[in-house]
This record gives sequence, C-alpha cells and structure tokens, in this order.
Amino acid sequence: MAHPGDKFPIVTERLNHWFGMGEARKQAIFDVSLEIDAGKLTILVGPSGSGKTTLLTLIGCLRDVQNGSAQLLGQELNNASEAELTASRQKLGFIFQAHNLHESLTALQNVRMGLEVHARQSPSKKADTYNVAAAHLLNLVGLGDRQKYLPSNLSGGQKQRVAVARALVGNPLVVFADEPTAALDKESGRNVVALLRRLGQERGTTTVMVTHDNRILEMADRIVTLEEGRIVDDKRFDT
Amino acid sequence: MTAFLSWLLGRLPIGWLQLKHNRGRLAAAVAGIAFANILVFVQLGIMMALNTTILVPYSLLNADIIISAADSNSLTDGSNVPRQRGFEALSIAGVADSLPLFIGSINWKKDDGSSTNLQVMASDPAKGAFLAQPIRDEIAKLFLIDTVLLDRSTRGADEVRFEQISPQNPMLFEANGRTLSAPGTIDVGGGFSSDGFAYTSDQTFLRLFGKRISGAPNHILLKAEADRDIDIVIAELQELFPTGKVKVRTLEEAAHADQVYQTTERPTGLIFGFGVLMGVIVGLVIVYQLLSTDVADHLKEYATFKAMGYRQSFFLSIVFEEALILAVLGFIPGALIATILYQFLSEASSLPIMMDNARLIVVFLGTLASCAISGAIATRRLAGADPADLF
Repeated sequence: MAHPGDKFPIVTERLNHWFGMGEARKQAIFDVSLEIDAGKLTILVGPSGSGKTTLLTLIGCLRDVQNGSAQLLGQELNNASEAELTASRQKLGFIFQAHNLHESLTALQNVRMGLEVHARQSPSKKADTYNVAAAHLLNLVGLGDRQKYLPSNLSGGQKQRVAVARALVGNPLVVFADEPTAALDKESGRNVVALLRRLGQERGTTTVMVTHDNRILEMADRIVTLEEGRIVDDKRFDT
Repeated sequence: MTAFLSWLLGRLPIGWLQLKHNRGRLAAAVAGIAFANILVFVQLGIMMALNTTILVPYSLLNADIIISAADSNSLTDGSNVPRQRGFEALSIAGVADSLPLFIGSINWKKDDGSSTNLQVMASDPAKGAFLAQPIRDEIAKLFLIDTVLLDRSTRGADEVRFEQISPQNPMLFEANGRTLSAPGTIDVGGGFSSDGFAYTSDQTFLRLFGKRISGAPNHILLKAEADRDIDIVIAELQELFPTGKVKVRTLEEAAHADQVYQTTERPTGLIFGFGVLMGVIVGLVIVYQLLSTDVADHLKEYATFKAMGYRQSFFLSIVFEEALILAVLGFIPGALIATILYQFLSEASSLPIMMDNARLIVVFLGTLASCAISGAIATRRLAGADPADLF
C-alpha cells in the first residue's frame, strides 16, 4: 500500500523563512521548492549563511514553518500542532553539529533514549529489550566495548558515532544530519559519514545532510547547492 | 538506586543520573534545601512554642465556663469582674459552682541578686475541683497563709533545691515585701511573658497585692452540672448579665481566642508569624534558584530530547523526579539538625520547642511542593521554544 510521502518523504513548496522582527527582519529562505528522494543520501551545500541549516531545521521540525509548505512523510508542517510536531519528530533521527549527547548518561543510555521516546508506555518492553537494541546499534558503529562510558570519556569521533547510533536506533524513515563532521578530524569525519551511508542503504533510510566538508561529497546520491537562501544548483548522481 | 528508579518510573531515571553526575552540585543543592528546611523549622518552632505556652495556664484549670470582663483578651489583661457575677450565675439552672480566679505577677528576688518574674494564679484552696490534676493534689498545702506552690520548671530554677522542697523543708523567699513559703511544687514551665508560675490561695494573693480586693477577681470560673448543654447555659448567662460588660465563654473558647489574639494582635506573635513567613519565602527562593539553575544548565540536553520527539510531560517528569530526590535528601539532614537545634533552644530558653510529626509532615510536603512548582516554572521556557533556538 502506498503512503503519502513514499516516493518523496520530504516535499517543500515555495518555502520562505525570516529571522528577527520589524526593521531587523531578514529573509533567510526564498521560495525553496524541493523534493527529496526516498532511500538516498542528499547533501545540502553552500557557503555560510546560505540558509542550508535553516532549511534542515525547518523540514526537521526543529523550527516552526512560517510561510509556504513543508511536508514530512505526508504531514504538513506549516501550522502543525505541537502534538503533530512531536509525532513527526519521533519518526526522525537527528544528528547535530555538536554531538549533543547527554553528559550524565552512558553511551548505552544515550542510545536508549532514542528508543524510549517511541514506546515508553509499554512496561513489558522495558529495560532488557531496550538495552539489547541499543547495544546492537553500538556494535554496528563499532563501540560495542564502550557501552558504559560517559561522553566525557569518549573521543570526538566516538561521541559522534554514539550520536549516529542514537539517531538510528529507532529505525527512523528519515535521518537529518547537520554538519556531523564539523568537530571531527578528516579520518573520523569520513568514517562517520560512511557509516551513516552504509546503515542508511541497508535500512532504506532517507538521509539529508548539511555540510561544508568537500571530502565527503563523493558519497552523495544528490547534491543541492544553496546560496543566499535560494537553490542555485541540484545534481543527482547514479551510484 | 538507578535500577530501582528505572523500574519505578518505567524509563531511565534521567533526573537521578543528572544529579548523581555532578556530585559537588548535588551536595550544594542538598545543603541549600536542608538550610531552607532548618530556617522554616526554627521559625515555626518558636511560633508554635508561643502557641503552646499561651495554653499552659488554661491547662491548670478544670472548669466548664469562664466569665471575663468584656475588654479582656487574655488571662492577664482587661478589667476585673465583680464577684457578684459568680453568685448571680448560680441562679441559672445547670450551674453547679463558681470560683473567683485572681491573677497577678511577682518578682521573686533570689539570693544572688537576680530576679525572676512569676505569674501568680490564686483561688480558694477549698475548691480544688476547679483545678487540673497536678495542682489539685497539692492545693491543700495552701490553707496556711503566705504559702505558694512554686513552678519547678521556672527558667533558671535551682533544680537541686526544688527537688528537696516538701512541707517539712519549704523554700522561703521574698516577694512584694512579704516572706513567702513554698511547701510544694507544680510543673508548668515559663512562657514569653513570665519565667514561671506560682499558685497560691486567694487570701495569700490579697496580702501580696494590697490594692486588690476580694470583690473584684480577674475571672470567674463556673462548673456546670453533669449532662447539661453548656451552650444553653452560656446563652442563659449572657441573658442574665448586663450587655457589654462581661464575656461568657467555655474555657476552650477563651483559650483559643487568647491564642488568636496573642499571635495576630500582639507584637511577639506578629514578629514570630512574620519570621515563619520570611523563613518560607527565603526557603522558596533558595529552592527556586536551585531548580531553575539546574533546568537552565540542562537546557541544551533537554532541547535535544525535545528535537527527538519527547513531550513536555517528559521534561516535567524529569524535573519532578529531581524535585522529589532533592526534597528527600535535603529534608533528612534538615529535620535532624532542626531537632538538635530545638533541643538546644528549648534548654536555653525553657520554652517548649519540640519537634512533632505534624510539623515534619507539613514542612516536608511544603518542601516537595515548592521544589516541584519551581521546577515546573523553570521548564516552561522549554515549552514554547523551537528546539533549534535552544542549542
């Protein structure tokens, strides 16, 4: 059965966005219409201030849509209620520029938080099931032996890999990544993106990534270039 | 602890893990809450001691009804009551007996030159039935003139000497220019207006206070016949007496009215009431500071959870979890230290400052509520904001 958003999980139409109020009001996104292909890795590139992160946070339900349309898995985000936004967020995995791990939680517990958001109410599926699934994801990102480590005892690359595990543990249909390699050296940055791409392909996940980092562009299925809030280039690659 | 809380909450105990993660901060928060608790306990202890000591002289009496002057607010203030009111009252069916009660205050000059202020209560020693048990047994010793029963809990009393007091070995002392003899003791304890009590006969009282006359006691006590409806008796007495001259109340009503008057209209009561209020406000401010700083410090982590799809109720439950843990951890040392301080204060002041269960429960619930409300207010910042603005 076909669901809305099956072919294009993310669709924007004439999306505009402004920051600030009154005199200081400044437009950051201009008339962006975009369809993101299911199951592919799409990379948004552009210079600083081109609006790529803003676009990502709009379609990632991290910022209210002001004008135009943005649909995520069939849900219109413009004027969506808090409950609808929360439901949409639960279908996503988000990887932040800084890893944003919870400092008081171990690697395993951090990954578990990506699961607990889904079925917190069912007591039968508690601790053990969650821990098994979270440990499995940590193994996949190569940190099976670091389950009990607090973030402060992990390297930058390891933290970002925990963040990847947390984003993927709930089997999200869409994964957003905002400059996931910014805080990493070349080697670990490449490893993290390669991991994200491999897991995405295995699971049929749609991945949208914002980056400055030219070294990882070769892994993209599609590169969308923004400049001053507008799409100026859009290339698809057959891989 | 973590496993227990996980089981209890059905989720990772984030609040507990957060608190545990920063032990220095946790210790400071627990100390802050304990301090707020101690502050409230001490103020409350002093105010409740006032409340208790107001009732003490009433507890010496065993009467159903008390007739006081219309302008009397406590046992010691107000005009005198004409003795004839007691005789008139006997004309009402249901009034069994009446007793004039005299109240004054003397300075007991001690050998070392210090003086102690005693509240003196006096009545006819032949009517012991009007007195509560410990005094009733001793009252016969007052048939001799110039004898008094001294309060062995009087502030600064020489305990060893008081132990030895007996009719064969009475304590002699001087007050109001007379030599008095104490052949026995009672155990009452000082209050805010006097250091202790003394009970004596009406005859001795009139010798001690030359300006007082037997026709004008401070109050008149009545005993009703058994099985009489006191309210009806009081209504009939009020009808009997000229309007606006006397108050006719049950002893309990009079005691309660005295308590209300002294705590809300007299400076001491107001000051202690204000002390409790200040303690509660300072406690609230401390608790709010602690919880709101904690939420502010974890705002980025909460924003991440919000971006992952956690609801506002999830953040509230984390904050409530922290509030509960902090309230319990802070309350235990707070209550312990306050109990020790009570002991110290009550020894130093011979006021009845004691911990009781009701106070423990009220202060704990107050701590819990202020922790929870502070946390809930602090998390509101999270409710309206876009997660992207919080990173």
